[in-house]
Amino acid sequence: MSDDGASEDGGDVDLAERTPAPVTDADYDEWLDALAAGEGYALVCPDGHGSLPPRRRCPECGSSPLSREPLDGTGRVETFSVVHVPSPRFADDAPYVTAVVDLGPVRATGVLRGVDPEGDAVEVGLSVDAGVEERATDGEPLVVFRPVDGE
Amino acid sequence: MTDARVAGVGLTRFGSHADRAGRDLFATAAERAFEDAGVPRGDVEELNYGNFMGALAEHQGHQAPLMAEAAGVRCPATRYESACASAGVAVREAVRTVAAGDADVVLAGGMERMTNLPTAEVTEGLAMAADDLFEVRSGVTFPGAYALMATAYFEAYGGERRDLAHVASKNHANAVPNEYAQYRREVSVDDAMDAPPVAEPLHLYDACPITDGASALVIVSPEYAAEHDVDAPVAVTGTGQGTDRMALGDREHLARTPAADDAAEAAYAAAGVEADDVDVAEVHDCFTIAEVLATESLGLFEVGEGIAAAREGITTADGDLPVNLSGGLKAKGHPVGATGGSQIAELTRLLRGDHPNSEHVPDAEVGVAHNAGGTVASAVVHVLEVAE
Ligand SMILES: [Zn+2]
Repeated sequence: MSDDGASEDGGDVDLAERTPAPVTDADYDEWLDALAAGEGYALVCPDGHGSLPPRRRCPECGSSPLSREPLDGTGRVETFSVVHVPSPRFADDAPYVTAVVDLGPVRATGVLRGVDPEGDAVEVGLSVDAGVEERATDGEPLVVFRPVDGE
Repeated sequence: MTDARVAGVGLTRFGSHADRAGRDLFATAAERAFEDAGVPRGDVEELNYGNFMGALAEHQGHQAPLMAEAAGVRCPATRYESACASAGVAVREAVRTVAAGDADVVLAGGMERMTNLPTAEVTEGLAMAADDLFEVRSGVTFPGAYALMATAYFEAYGGERRDLAHVASKNHANAVPNEYAQYRREVSVDDAMDAPPVAEPLHLYDACPITDGASALVIVSPEYAAEHDVDAPVAVTGTGQGTDRMALGDREHLARTPAADDAAEAAYAAAGVEADDVDVAEVHDCFTIAEVLATESLGLFEVGEGIAAAREGITTADGDLPVNLSGGLKAKGHPVGATGGSQIAELTRLLRGDHPNSEHVPDAEVGVAHNAGGTVASAVVHVLEVAE
């Protein structure tokens, strides 16, 4: 985990950028990279509550320290929606399926690919693998789920 | 708690005000509130003002001093931001300030301008009420987040799109006589079913519109009202607030709103009333599913039963428990930072008997207002009672 960043240069901000850039955070980006490499992890508190970085304390109970526990990367769709009216960052991605997926110690939210967004192929309980792919609109990395059996 | 009285309420018409700056909208609402209250501006000791996306929509931060100028009051002024619950929080703090004896007269309300932005930018702006890192970056829009809740609700408790269409149809019917409402026209259940999808299972008529508007309330102490012969028959007798995990996915139940449960419990306890005592409710129906979740959090229906109540007409104007007689956010409109104040204004009018829909609740004595921020990561509940 990063330190408090007190000595780091804030860098330049491009005020002319019209569409808000995604929030970035080194700890989150590190997690995305790990997920992309098939080495995703959750931060787990002494009481077993899971969360995703950046965290310094457990958001459920406030305790620390948080340890990195490996995720097996396969989870269950808890809920989903087919988004037809996107934000500008997802203009070329729509229609797409968003899903909240239970990965064990944590849930993650992302886009479900490899299914027909206009059909009824998606249902709660579907088994999916979690990974990282690019957004169609701007190529930014994105949490993506795909059905375990592949399609 | 010591009650605070609603001495006056003021609203702009909700809808599109493309050519009016936010300060002008709030000035109008405040003008009407002072006129309704018969309280001099010079007696106002604080301004509590709600706004969410003014920095994006009007390039205007630091709005509270501006709104004090617009309202013609000179006093400490603070902007409250709690997404769509911004004005609810502003009112809550006004009530607490008066109840604590720290002020006798507080002006509270809010304003939002949204229609001057392209729809895509409004979508982006509203998404700011969700967790940017864990949700928005992953493709969750504001309608998309409520759609996730709707799917989870159907999965857990049953129900279907058509049940939600009943909520939309009812609220549109309620808005018809309301002079402040954005959409004063009926929408049938079939119309709602046939509307284009926004975020499945939610379609166009499951969603509130993009709205400009302002609300203002003059809140006074009972002592002030008595001393100055101010007619203020409606009291805020309870207020409560709750907070939940920001990201929907981090919550234990994807189809429940515990922040609103907490807010309701606190508000009922402060007022000394129970859910069974409630005669009429104004709830945060930014999406049809949100009304269902709100009525359950308020204890008006058991968990999982809210959808049946909508389907069976219990919450219609002529039903046992009318919900959103104003037309709700759905048809009256949702100027985000003004909404919580407008709910209390509408409830006050309903309880005083001067609302066009008061005839549906002629003997109402207890009303409850439910205002939610984001996917109910924030919630504020107020109990209003006829005091005299
Ligand atoms: Zn914990």
